[in-house]
Amino acid sequence: MMYSEKVLDHFSNPRNVGEIEDADGVGEIGNAKCGDIMKMYLKIDNGIITDAKFKTFGCGAAVATSSMATELIKGKSIDDALKLTNQAVVEALDGLPAVKIHCSVLAEQAVRSALSDYYTRQGIDPLPIVGEIHEPEE
Amino acid sequence: MEKRFIYADNAATTAVSEEVLNAMLPYFREAYGNASSIYKLGRDAQKAVEEAREKVAAALGADPKEIFFTSCGSESDNWAIKGTAELMAKRGKKHIITSVFEHHAVLHTCEYLEKHGFEVTYVPVSDKGLIDPEDVRKAIRDDTALVTIMYANNEIGTIQPIDEIAAICKEKKVIFHTDAVQAVGHVDIDVHKQGIDMLSLSGHKIHAQKGIGALYIRKGITLPNLIHGGGQERAKRAGTENVPAIVGLGVAIEAATKNIAERNAVIIPRRNRLIDGMLKLPYTRLNGDREKRLPGNLNISFEGIEGESLLLMLDMNGICGSSGSACTSGSLDPSHVLLSIGLKHEIAHGSLRLSIEDDVTDEDVDYILEVIPKVVERLRSMSPVWEKMMKGEKYQ
Repeated sequence: MMYSEKVLDHFSNPRNVGEIEDADGVGEIGNAKCGDIMKMYLKIDNGIITDAKFKTFGCGAAVATSSMATELIKGKSIDDALKLTNQAVVEALDGLPAVKIHCSVLAEQAVRSALSDYYTRQGIDPLPIVGEIHEPEE
Repeated sequence: MEKRFIYADNAATTAVSEEVLNAMLPYFREAYGNASSIYKLGRDAQKAVEEAREKVAAALGADPKEIFFTSCGSESDNWAIKGTAELMAKRGKKHIITSVFEHHAVLHTCEYLEKHGFEVTYVPVSDKGLIDPEDVRKAIRDDTALVTIMYANNEIGTIQPIDEIAAICKEKKVIFHTDAVQAVGHVDIDVHKQGIDMLSLSGHKIHAQKGIGALYIRKGITLPNLIHGGGQERAKRAGTENVPAIVGLGVAIEAATKNIAERNAVIIPRRNRLIDGMLKLPYTRLNGDREKRLPGNLNISFEGIEGESLLLMLDMNGICGSSGSACTSGSLDPSHVLLSIGLKHEIAHGSLRLSIEDDVTDEDVDYILEVIPKVVERLRSMSPVWEKMMKGEKYQ
């Protein structure tokens, strides 16, 4: 199985690993049974994602997609972050092996899950804005 | 700490040894004749094939007439199982016994036969990764055609009670096959003394090249021909002999079975030091019985991390290993072997298999034991599963 140089780079030097103590939104997706869990922390100021951090239990692609997803949304507006697709994550990583595409979906859903949590904390129903969060099938 | 390169995945494959390569080379451009040809070039090739057959037979305690060259261990398994099934079905015997944690070459062949009217019983394994011979006895029926149980497991290295199982099969007059791909060259095998009817082996696990294997078939068992064509392999497996590969297998198996005890005396203490060193880390466990296991094998689960990440990080540090992780297989399920000994999915995902030989030095062991804690700690520090474990929360 071949990982691109970019995937290996983001795996071995993941960007934005860690937690945000006073995060405005925290999302978690996946389960240990299927081998991947991503936890995403967002700091949001005036509709702008000022900081994003993650923790991931999973394979090389899971770590790399989490890292890339945080890079792609940092400094962006919530609206832009909601437009983040798994395909954009895959492209930014110069591709993923077919069996690893599900990791990019998890990264996309982790971002949405954190944004959903942000709206919930604001007392706003996230469903009309963020949509359904898709948990991976076991 | 200076970076080293350590190959610790000999259960996956091995390097062709210099001795093997040198023995093979003349058969590419000098003695390249077809072993079926009448002239000297052909006769020389034929002689080389028969000498290799004698070496394989001697290494297993078999008669050369009982050795058939194949292209790999999987082919040997397929032939033994499907051949016996076809043979015995004519006598109304359509039941096969195997175990839940066989190699896929056996499991998938059995599943194929299930779709073709055969019934298969999968005996369980204990949490130590061992089969209870009595479970095999209990599973034998009047219509049992074959028992096929691996000699040693490819992931957790546990060595099965082959003598006892063979004895039960003999008593019950059932054919007994064993996939010994992982065992040959690491434990002493004598098929006649042990009462083994058929045995599969592979060349590339013992420093021969990839693409050569053999099946031992005890005299008296007339398996249907595998490949129809010419008279090669006593017409049972037609096709021009791969002479260089066969010669290489002969040399390799002779070398691998020559001084097993001496090599193991070097390997086992190093392997044990690796096990003990890794078990010092919290939330780790050794998979498979500690004593009844292949000398170079260790299989350890590190809770809170995932196996492929571990392998990638070890690779970055020059260490080649393998994992029971789902990710390496392209499916979401972790290793069926680790699940069969009772591991939970989330723990099976974080497993590491190393399989060392005597070229892994004491200094290499030191190096591995320096790298592993750092890598495990790093992955745990970024794992939400580990975070929850440390907070005492459930993470399923």
